[in-house]
Amino acid sequence: MQIFPCPFCGPRNETEFHFAGELGKVRPDTGKEVNARDWATYLYAQRNEKGLVREVWLHLTCSELFVMERDSLTMDVRASKSLRGDAL
Amino acid sequence: MTRYSAFTVFREGLRGQKGWDKAWRSPVPKPAYDVVIIGAGGHGLATAYYLAKNHGIKDVAVIEKGWLGGGNTGRNTTVIRSNYFYPESAALYDFSVRLYENLSRELNYNVMFSQRGMVVTAHSEPEMEMAARQVNAMRLNGVDAEFLDRDQVRKLAPLLNYGPDMRYPIHGGVFQPRAGTGRHDAVAWGFARAADAQGVDIIQNCQVLELLTEGGRCVGVRTSQGEIRASAIGATVAGHSSVIADMAQVDLPITSYALQAFVSEPLKPVLDTVVLCPPFGTYISQSDKGGLVIGGGLDRVPSYGQRGNLPMQEAVLAGLVEMMPALASVKLLRHWAGIVDVTPDSSPIIGPSGLEGLYLNCGWGTGGFKAIPAGGYLFAHLLATGHHHDLSRPFDPVRFTTGHLIDEGAASGIAH
Ligand SMILES: Cc1cc2nc3c(=O)[nH]c(=O)nc-3n(C[C@H](O)[C@H](O)[C@H](O)COP(=O)(O)OP(=O)(O)OC[C@H]3O[C@@H](n4cnc5c(N)ncnc54)[C@H](O)[C@@H]3O)c2cc1C
Ligand SMILES: [Zn+2]
Repeated sequence: MQIFPCPFCGPRNETEFHFAGELGKVRPDTGKEVNARDWATYLYAQRNEKGLVREVWLHLTCSELFVMERDSLTMDVRASKSLRGDAL
Repeated sequence: MTRYSAFTVFREGLRGQKGWDKAWRSPVPKPAYDVVIIGAGGHGLATAYYLAKNHGIKDVAVIEKGWLGGGNTGRNTTVIRSNYFYPESAALYDFSVRLYENLSRELNYNVMFSQRGMVVTAHSEPEMEMAARQVNAMRLNGVDAEFLDRDQVRKLAPLLNYGPDMRYPIHGGVFQPRAGTGRHDAVAWGFARAADAQGVDIIQNCQVLELLTEGGRCVGVRTSQGEIRASAIGATVAGHSSVIADMAQVDLPITSYALQAFVSEPLKPVLDTVVLCPPFGTYISQSDKGGLVIGGGLDRVPSYGQRGNLPMQEAVLAGLVEMMPALASVKLLRHWAGIVDVTPDSSPIIGPSGLEGLYLNCGWGTGGFKAIPAGGYLFAHLLATGHHHDLSRPFDPVRFTTGHLIDEGAASGIAH
């Protein structure tokens, strides 16, 4: 099993975590007209990088969302930070 | 090329096996081709074959960073079927099954397509209603399907657990008689040999590092063996599709995940069909060598790490032991992973990439082995004519903008 670090609970088994999505996706401003292309990009496009990635994860047991930086090839975890403050 | 036949086997037996030709050449890449295909998996090789055969386009190179068939094509659990829900998918995958039915003859290579059928079990009355709906949808789409009760499932797969202790007792299931398994390497090798025989250059150990663009158009590739130019470029790189899309600076709705499989020690025949039990997320067949070939769902962590790991192994094998308790003491021989390209609707992407000159055939995710002949056939059509074949049009990436998703993930509960 791989150990993932929750910024609130510390190192825990990977099966306690849920991948929520890539970091940095901003929902289109629905106060304005949003075209189909922008919706499609927001809803479906993925960077899906090979190598260093920054993602939003949910620790299921404490229900906190947080940012994890890891390498999608070696599976090394570099950092995990709370989503508060300047994480974005 | 030596034609394979009973006679040549006999003749070579008498001649000390000295008369066999290499199955394909190892050419040095030319500076330019009509068509360059990136990735020598089943889809890339089949595309090259059908470009030559159906469209007379033989000035083709297939460029592979490793060895041909070393990606998912050589790592999958070889289930071939067309038990999908939507008409678009049924038409695509059944076309593929029909091509498979004649493929050994077509390629003069035994791909060992064994139509031993596939059972998908149902474990409650509501699941039986969904199973009936599935059978009806398949029949409406012209695909063979049978609705089975518990006794009929038992006849086909006596090894399953019918005891009172089963957590989700079997009520019945869906059976597709024409489904089955094939020999994955043979599909890659057969297409490679047949494409090579028509003049296609298959270039192994050659990685595409960059796309060459001129005036906003893709005109070739820079590889670890130099630059190669082409009028049309097709990418069939499965789990690495986003890497190519990044080179092209186009968006793709794909997430790469590891998908794992397991093979047991060889056993005497115990199972002569393919069985999938959705509540356990585990499916199994037995190979001709006797090994049990076992698969399950995707890993939970997006990944390019092409190797097995424990959490999913535990889930799949726990499911297997619940499905078929008699197998609990069987030992595993091997365990591995491939990187699969998962789309939001679990349907493939065939179409122009958004960068002129570059076309994509990807997004097959956990189920593109069964689609290799059709994927190659349709992608060749697109590369040769610049237009979709009717069967591939619904799978154009434009569906993510127009909203015409073909959500097989929800409709047929894609397991594989
Ligand atoms: C464990 C597992 C079980 C599966 N079970 C089934 C099943 O039972 N039935 C089914 O239908 N499907 C199954 N699949 C899915 C199926 O294997 C794939 O959908 C199918 O093989 C994809 O074929 P492909 O030719 O598109 O990709 P691949 O066979 O992966 O070929 C892509 C090739 O591109 C090459 N490549 C990548 N990047 C570059 C580059 N930059 N330059 C040059 N070359 C490059 C790779 O090295 C690779 O050889 C399974 C997959 C896995 C991993
Ligand atoms: Zn936590």
